[in-house]
Amino acid sequence: MNSKKTLIVSHAPFWHDGSGIPERSYHTIIAALPAAIAGIAYYGAPALGVICMAMSTAILWELLLNRAMRRPITVGDGNAALIGLLLGMMLPASTPWWVVLVGTFLAIVIGMQIFGGIGANPFNPVVLAIAILMISYKGHLDFDAGLVNFSLDFPTTSEPLAALKAFGPAAVEHLHPLDLLMGRQVGGLGSANGLALVIGGIYLMIRGIIRWEVCVSFIVGTYITAMLFNMADPSRFADPVFHLLTGYTLFGAFFLATESTTSPVNFVPMLIYGTLGGVMTVLIRNIGIYVDGVIFAILLINLINPLVDKIRPKAIGKVA
Amino acid sequence: MRKRSFFGLSTPCFKYELATDASASPVAIPAPEQVTLYIKKPFKQASSTLKVGTPVQTGQRLVLNENDDVYAISSVTGTVCAMAPFLADYGNAWTAVTIKTEGNEVIDPEFSAAAEAPSLETLTRFLAAGPGEPDFAPLMDERNPVSTIIIYGGNADLLIDTSLYVLKNNIEAINAGIEVLRKATGIEEIVIAVPEESVQNYSGHLDARIQPFSSQYPYAQPLMILNSLTGRLPDETGMASLGIHFLRAESVAAIGKAFSTGCLTIEKNVTVIDKQGVKHMARAKIGTPVAALLKAFGVEVNDQDKIIFGGPMTGNAIYSEDLPLGPDTDAVMVQDKSIIPLYSDYPCINCGDCVRVCPANVPVNLLIRFLEAGQYAEGADLYDLYACIECGLCSYVCVSRIPIFQYIKLAKYELGRTLSAEEMNEQ
Repeated sequence: MNSKKTLIVSHAPFWHDGSGIPERSYHTIIAALPAAIAGIAYYGAPALGVICMAMSTAILWELLLNRAMRRPITVGDGNAALIGLLLGMMLPASTPWWVVLVGTFLAIVIGMQIFGGIGANPFNPVVLAIAILMISYKGHLDFDAGLVNFSLDFPTTSEPLAALKAFGPAAVEHLHPLDLLMGRQVGGLGSANGLALVIGGIYLMIRGIIRWEVCVSFIVGTYITAMLFNMADPSRFADPVFHLLTGYTLFGAFFLATESTTSPVNFVPMLIYGTLGGVMTVLIRNIGIYVDGVIFAILLINLINPLVDKIRPKAIGKVA
Repeated sequence: MRKRSFFGLSTPCFKYELATDASASPVAIPAPEQVTLYIKKPFKQASSTLKVGTPVQTGQRLVLNENDDVYAISSVTGTVCAMAPFLADYGNAWTAVTIKTEGNEVIDPEFSAAAEAPSLETLTRFLAAGPGEPDFAPLMDERNPVSTIIIYGGNADLLIDTSLYVLKNNIEAINAGIEVLRKATGIEEIVIAVPEESVQNYSGHLDARIQPFSSQYPYAQPLMILNSLTGRLPDETGMASLGIHFLRAESVAAIGKAFSTGCLTIEKNVTVIDKQGVKHMARAKIGTPVAALLKAFGVEVNDQDKIIFGGPMTGNAIYSEDLPLGPDTDAVMVQDKSIIPLYSDYPCINCGDCVRVCPANVPVNLLIRFLEAGQYAEGADLYDLYACIECGLCSYVCVSRIPIFQYIKLAKYELGRTLSAEEMNEQ
């Protein structure tokens, strides 16, 4: 009864929509590139060096770990390159090469591979790495100290959030939101240009790669909390637009908080997750000791992700 | 393979095929040289009634032993030329009976004598192996009385025209079938489920209530219809626990025709979907080898292509062109090897596409983690394994290309095996 032809047999379904992890990673890289290019335009070759170093070492760490752990080589899925790029974009352009190397080690190895690789990381690897770097190499991650030898034609030559923390809202009053939006502020080499980040984020949202609920609620959470603080005491707390356009806020909203493994998938949990991230960001900035609260806020919401994602619609057919 | 759209915010949406007046009449496939029929019972060497060389007539009941209630209906006149065990899906052991066709067709007279008065016994004795493979056992079960029969007019899967075609073109036979069912079972409540866009084609002509359902996939899956009618899904005792029984439109048409003409229906409508996705309607004898069917439409099958019984989302891939058309095969689909999607062993990256596409609100992202680890019972208890209506959309959209639907079927199968083993231990 058997014919000579060999047919492929598998289980249904026999269609797939063609999506895949490499496509997701590469589209996210494409979305992040405008901001990275803007950073290179402002800071020149050192910025390009940091980004190249970060992407290449991230890929190398992943390859090394794949080899060491005798697991399939996964660098082709673009996830390591994406992590490297995002990490590079958050660093100051002056970061020495070995800090970048340590950073990508922290992101790829400590943040992701030791938990089992893509999809298994409990925290966003980029955020985890930056958090450890910020605490360990305070001087190298201090934007004002790092960029002191750069000649920048920005309206302020110190990081707006640091100035706010040290001298209050009066010190940043002269900053025009348009300058901040265009990235004319001291900050991470690829995370300060709000306009490019928004364009990239909207691209990712309409492609369905990131979930709009998370970014929108993150931004809304930041705005409303900052507005409440500002309304309570304008002499101590900056206005909400300033909080939105400075530091890692937009970068966090579009590229960090939305990392799929560490964020919820149901509608209500996504809103809670994003809003809480925004609220925590402003709380840390306004009443905490750190200059920028985005990193620790995102680590915190990563932590509550499994818990909030339990809020989900009832499956059909359940009587009880 | 369908592609994801550039704008990925909306979830993929498929529409069932709707009946159109333009649908061509089916191509009659000539009787093949030999047909293979399955008797759904394990093959034992000694069969008292069927042996190689036994002559059979068209419409004859083929049983392995006298007084068996599992049978096949011969679709040709000829002699049995081979009998072999057949291992069907999910480990079911059946018997394959191959009959060599002879020139002139002789109709077996047994049914026409019994067709005078419709009764459940006659239905069970002669029509359970007919087109659509209707199951009459729940209708006879007195512990769980059936109160509603749903005649299922839509197609359970995409790309298939069969059911709606039959419903549209055999209204008289279906009316006769409904009458037979009412007489035989005493059940008054008979509902015909059709896609909402097709409702106006049928209301008024049919002697049953028409229930429209959404024409969006998978809202015509039997379980989905059941849920929309009752708000529940069946427990392990099956649909009988809800007092509802499903019959395909083709079965009802076959019942009506059989009782009005005194002849059993031995042919089946099949939608043939070729490699380019073009659909053809065929009418072939049950048991016709797939190769004969595909040859009639000039579909060439090469090494490493895929032949699927049923539609793209829920069908079964078969391993040989010589396998026969079953009474429940609504469609035969051929896929070229270049478009067969491959699955991977990547882990879930929690992108949530499956959760958003799931019509049953199953937390697929969490469920799959348990199923991958083999923790089927936890998946069933905590993460709604049994709410899955098996539409396959989660596997269709999975970014990591995890074979999610496959894991779900495996989990249900394994849990079913464990449960039946426990029951046996208790006895």
